[in-house]
Amino acid sequence: MLIKLEKIEKIYEIGTVQVPALRGINLNVEKNEYIAIMGPSGSGKSTLMNIIGCLDTPSSGDYLLNQHNVSTMDDDQLAEIRNREIGFVFQTFNLLPRASALHNVELPMIYNGTPAAGRRKMAEEALEKVGLADRMHHKPNELSGGQRQRVAIARALVNRPSIILADEPTGNLDSRTGDEIMEIFEGLHEQGNTIILVTHEEYIAEHSNRIIRLRDGMVERDESVH
Amino acid sequence: MVLTDTFHLALSAFRSNKMRSLLTLLGIIIGVMTIIAMQSLITGLRKSINEQVSSLGSSVFQVQKFPAINMGPHDHDKYRNRKDITYADALAVRERVTAAKAVGAEVWNWGAELRYKDRKTLPNIQLAGVTPEFLENNGLEIAEGRFITAEDVDLNVAVTVIGADVVDKLFPFEDPLGKDIKLMGRRFEVVGIFEKKGSAFGQSQDNRIAIPFFQFTRLYGKERSINITVQAATPALVETATEQTIGVMRTQRKVKPGIENDFEIYSNETITGFFDNITKYVRIVAIAIASISLLVAGVGIMNIMLVSVTERTREIGIRKSVGAKRSDILWQFLIEAIVLSELGGLIGIMLGLGIGKLVDALTPIPAAVPVWTVFLGLIFCSFVGLVFGVYPALKAARMDPITALRYE
Ligand SMILES: Nc1ncnc2c1ncn2[C@@H]1O[C@H](COP(=O)(O)OP(=O)(O)OP(=O)(O)O)[C@@H](O)[C@H]1O
Ligand SMILES: [Mg+2]
Repeated sequence: MLIKLEKIEKIYEIGTVQVPALRGINLNVEKNEYIAIMGPSGSGKSTLMNIIGCLDTPSSGDYLLNQHNVSTMDDDQLAEIRNREIGFVFQTFNLLPRASALHNVELPMIYNGTPAAGRRKMAEEALEKVGLADRMHHKPNELSGGQRQRVAIARALVNRPSIILADEPTGNLDSRTGDEIMEIFEGLHEQGNTIILVTHEEYIAEHSNRIIRLRDGMVERDESVH
Repeated sequence: MVLTDTFHLALSAFRSNKMRSLLTLLGIIIGVMTIIAMQSLITGLRKSINEQVSSLGSSVFQVQKFPAINMGPHDHDKYRNRKDITYADALAVRERVTAAKAVGAEVWNWGAELRYKDRKTLPNIQLAGVTPEFLENNGLEIAEGRFITAEDVDLNVAVTVIGADVVDKLFPFEDPLGKDIKLMGRRFEVVGIFEKKGSAFGQSQDNRIAIPFFQFTRLYGKERSINITVQAATPALVETATEQTIGVMRTQRKVKPGIENDFEIYSNETITGFFDNITKYVRIVAIAIASISLLVAGVGIMNIMLVSVTERTREIGIRKSVGAKRSDILWQFLIEAIVLSELGGLIGIMLGLGIGKLVDALTPIPAAVPVWTVFLGLIFCSFVGLVFGVYPALKAARMDPITALRYE
């Protein structure tokens, strides 16, 4: 089992008001699954993704990733998990604006001590994989939205993580560009990667093998797709 | 994260905010510039004074009645009442100071007047009655002819060696060698000419002449204190020679134990030592001012780093989301602060050097910067960057990844 979530709760406190975003999520993910998470706005999809991606920590509950209990880890250990096990693709790309595509893709490897030469080669390969061989030295503001998202995907997969997480990766793109991005995810899935993505679009969710629907911070439905 | 990566990051951060960074660095620039310019001025002044007062040869010191620098006017009586230093003292020193190589006796008159045919000098010629050691012990050289020999002194021959100014005045169109000049009505044959020395503190050092010691006493009497010049056998023996000389002089003059010397020891270091004493306070004040400006600069750097951390919250979030540890972020901002202040230091050093060069070019002061101040300046700047960069860097390092990513 790659991911095992047990009774994950997340409660935000705004002043004295407590906002429960996740209310007891149980979820198991196997290797090479392709999962789409759906649900109305505010249902807790992003909160869940951030917890799975070790960007955020649950208020209670256990999270086992590759049999490691992530809920007990400190900041630096979590940073290492984010670096090695997780590739995160955001709706808003989150690229360094002043750095080239190549440097953005190199970034995760800078933080795990990959020597400069090897780093560059791997980043180039990752960019080729997403079809951006000819845009390596462009900065984000010199790229289209779809191209930016491809850079972000290249960055997410360059460290060969156990799992690729994507929170509405096509949310800021038109449908044709969205389809191109989805093709890339499909390819990655075929190569054996585990993918979890959040989407509002049924037709995008249909690319996956399994759809999990959230409502009010709980799993409403969990079904396989064929 | 590799150090070179961090370093590149720091430089690119500076490049993207040139104007703001430069303004922040003004404090550091001015502080470092002050220190460097000050140092180069003082060092230059010291060097120039050193050159000008190097009236003695190397490893030479001099025994004299009056101190070289007389500070309190009320002390003057004390010195004047001292016994004169005599030729007998010089002989005793020559005989008993074993660490000495050459001991000379010299006696001065600062207002002699010379004549040659119908020409004459002003009555301001520095006249020395000398022994042969005079030449080397005063760091002088002969340009033409010869110097006064032991034989000249022993046989009391009326010969003289004259300085360049005297040559210009009395022998504008003739070769002075072999000619007789007149001093107090007596004839002296010119046997040599001193090498030109130039001026010290605006005063020519070339309007002097030397005659054998006893020629001098015959003209002016023996009631004059003489100077004894002692050249140590080696530079290492200067101290021994000094101690021995003091011992001999005290015995000669019957100074009781526990009573202070009734004569002065003068060396080239006497004046530079005096100068160092004065400039010590100038240095301290300059360093204090510079330190305050560096402190202010440090606060400026802290401020700009805090702004930078806030502005780059998203960047920090992105870096953390792909695996940057706290220490990675800490070093990134710390190195940025250090590089920033070092850049200011470099500019300050450059400006300081520039001021030194300008002073060097426009004034007679040979301003020069000791290398250690440059290094000290840089180290100091790194220190300022480090101290004032820690807090902003810690703030950046402690950011929560998801909060940082969401920051607008
Ligand atoms: N930082 C926060 N502080 C307080 N409440 C928060 C915070 N982040 C999320 N929430 C709340 O948690 C709930 C879940 O939010 P979340 O972002 O996970 O929703 P979502 O399913 O991703 O919605 P969307 O489809 O609009 O992206 C919401 O009610 C939201 O208001
Ligand atoms: Mg969301």
